Amino acid sequence: MFTRKSSVRVAVSASVAALVLAGCSSATDSSSSSSESDGAPGEGTTAVGFIMVGPKDDFGYNQAVYEGSEVIKEAFPDVEVLTAENVPEDDTAATTMEQMIDKGAKLIFATSYGHLDAALKVAEEHPDVVVVQQGNTITTDIPDNAGTYFGTVYEPMYLAGIAAGASTESNKLGYVYAFPIPQTIANINAFERGAQSVNPDVETITVSTSSWCDPGKQQAAAESLLSQGVDVLTQHQDCTSTVIQAAEKAGAMTVGYHADASSLAPEGWLTGAVWDWGPLYTDIVQTVIDGDFVGSEYNDNFRVGYKTGTNPFVLAPYGPDVTDETIAAIDEAQALLGTDEGSPFVGPVLDQDGDTVIEDGVVPTYAENDAMDFFVQGVVGNLAQ
Amino acid sequence: MSLIVDVLSGGVRGGTSIMYAALGETVSERSGVINLGTEGSMLVGALGAYAIGVETGSPWLGAIAGAVCGGLLSLLHAYLVVYRGASQFASGLSLLFLALGLTSLFGAAYVGQPVVGFDQWDVPLLSSIPFVGEILFQQDPLLYLSFAMVPLVWFVLFKTRIGLLVRTAGERADSLTVHGYDVRVMRTGAVTFGGMLAGLGGAHLSTAYANAWFENMVSGRGFIAVALVIFAVWSPSRVMAGAYLFGCAIALGPALQARGYEINQFLLDAVPFVLTLVVLTVLGKRTLSSSPAELKRVFENAPPSG
Repeated sequence: MFTRKSSVRVAVSASVAALVLAGCSSATDSSSSSSESDGAPGEGTTAVGFIMVGPKDDFGYNQAVYEGSEVIKEAFPDVEVLTAENVPEDDTAATTMEQMIDKGAKLIFATSYGHLDAALKVAEEHPDVVVVQQGNTITTDIPDNAGTYFGTVYEPMYLAGIAAGASTESNKLGYVYAFPIPQTIANINAFERGAQSVNPDVETITVSTSSWCDPGKQQAAAESLLSQGVDVLTQHQDCTSTVIQAAEKAGAMTVGYHADASSLAPEGWLTGAVWDWGPLYTDIVQTVIDGDFVGSEYNDNFRVGYKTGTNPFVLAPYGPDVTDETIAAIDEAQALLGTDEGSPFVGPVLDQDGDTVIEDGVVPTYAENDAMDFFVQGVVGNLAQ
Repeated sequence: MSLIVDVLSGGVRGGTSIMYAALGETVSERSGVINLGTEGSMLVGALGAYAIGVETGSPWLGAIAGAVCGGLLSLLHAYLVVYRGASQFASGLSLLFLALGLTSLFGAAYVGQPVVGFDQWDVPLLSSIPFVGEILFQQDPLLYLSFAMVPLVWFVLFKTRIGLLVRTAGERADSLTVHGYDVRVMRTGAVTFGGMLAGLGGAHLSTAYANAWFENMVSGRGFIAVALVIFAVWSPSRVMAGAYLFGCAIALGPALQARGYEINQFLLDAVPFVLTLVVLTVLGKRTLSSSPAELKRVFENAPPSG
């Protein structure tokens, strides 16, 4: 995800990371393996490493990674899966990856936005090891043994927006977010446009917390939105339960993020954008084991969405208030997103001032959407730049 | 609801965890010990309350557990500082890091687990008073407890013998010794009690306000509490006012944004701190003169007396 610097957390998590790594990697012998250095990078690897910036059970980003790694365990019984939690976004990450390489890993998933520098460093020092990074972009020449990958979360958020737009009675949707980064902006815009597609009068009111996980600030944000008559709340936060429970208590509806939290909001749960890394991870591991990584789509800044399949973001199960009619509209919209003409941002797209940003009929690329820096018409809020 | 009611009632709710912690820190500092580990006591209190709340289903048992956890961590601080002569700053910060590590480790199991927290409970009659009722009496029971805690702490500190002894430990420790009292016992008791209140503050945050446990969820509120004590010139009633002022400043941002005021979020984030700085500066002179005398020794790096 996006870098969350907390000097306090770094100090603590370094020690935790060491503990976890020691705990979960005792099985292999540590005979260093440079035997197959003539083959393609990562070919025939017997171990795969995953480093995570947070705890594996955060009901969010890191848990999704961990669950993806569990899928790899199932799919490749002969491959040892190494995981390390709470790996800071500094040189500790490189050290942790080196330790995994010592254990025989020739493929490493560096899963936090800020792990990129360490990932590239490790890739440079170990040409026989493939390092793929989740969510960031390599802006220099891409080495033969590295790449980045990510999904397009704004596509399912667009679909979830349809559910929200169809369900709201006040025509006010609330969005709790952390920082005005492009991914968040695209999510908010897609959500509003999805809602508008079934309900032209709907607006999305945004409140920022300037933190990825400060439940106290989330509560304040949720309360302020609910008191203004917002009846559907959604969010872009790392920890999500506070906002969901605040909505449920107030009798409002919820669109989730990261994880299926319908158990926290049995009444008001609509749906949500949740993670499913399994299919994409599996394909990457298979590609690397087969020795086909170099020159593949993963040896690049790979972005996956409904157009390419295996989008790691999927729609969570629907709650009781979503009608069959709405589900049909969502299915139709999802099918359209999978075609070349489909996008949450097919022009005309107007910004908050009513100026045209994307011309009529233009379908922006994934790369263009990844750089979004404006709120669309219908979003209420100030975009701090 | 009007903007003012929103901000004030949100400020009282959001400021309560800070107020508990700052009230505890007041007692601690009145005895001559600064506890920078207040943030840590809040963290272990937040987790302790949450964990026991999840396990037993009783928020009150949780709150008690939170107070015990916060008290234990501060007891450690008292031991290091009072009996082992450790630097108050170093000890407090070390305990914060200890608390961060421990709560990350043991808290992982409780992330995302729902808890039966303190629900809003409207006080009969009082809650129907216009304006004031909405702000003060449509809240949760743990918050109402804090209303009682402020006068209680004030009364004990300033109207009872034990309070006199605690304050003397902070003003003229030598004279306590002369009269045959053990300054170390006074300070240990005061610091531990302070930690218990900080733990209650953490409990309010995790089981009454945000209803969630997450690693590092206190997010600096403990440090704000320590700063508040100075701004409040070691007075319980001013601590209460200061905590609510800070809470309101935090609640102001979301309240304005939700009403569509297009204000830069980073500017809004700065408001609580700018406000605190301004007030600190205005009160600067008086603050120094009313500081417990033994506290000044801490800043002068002199060993604690007594």
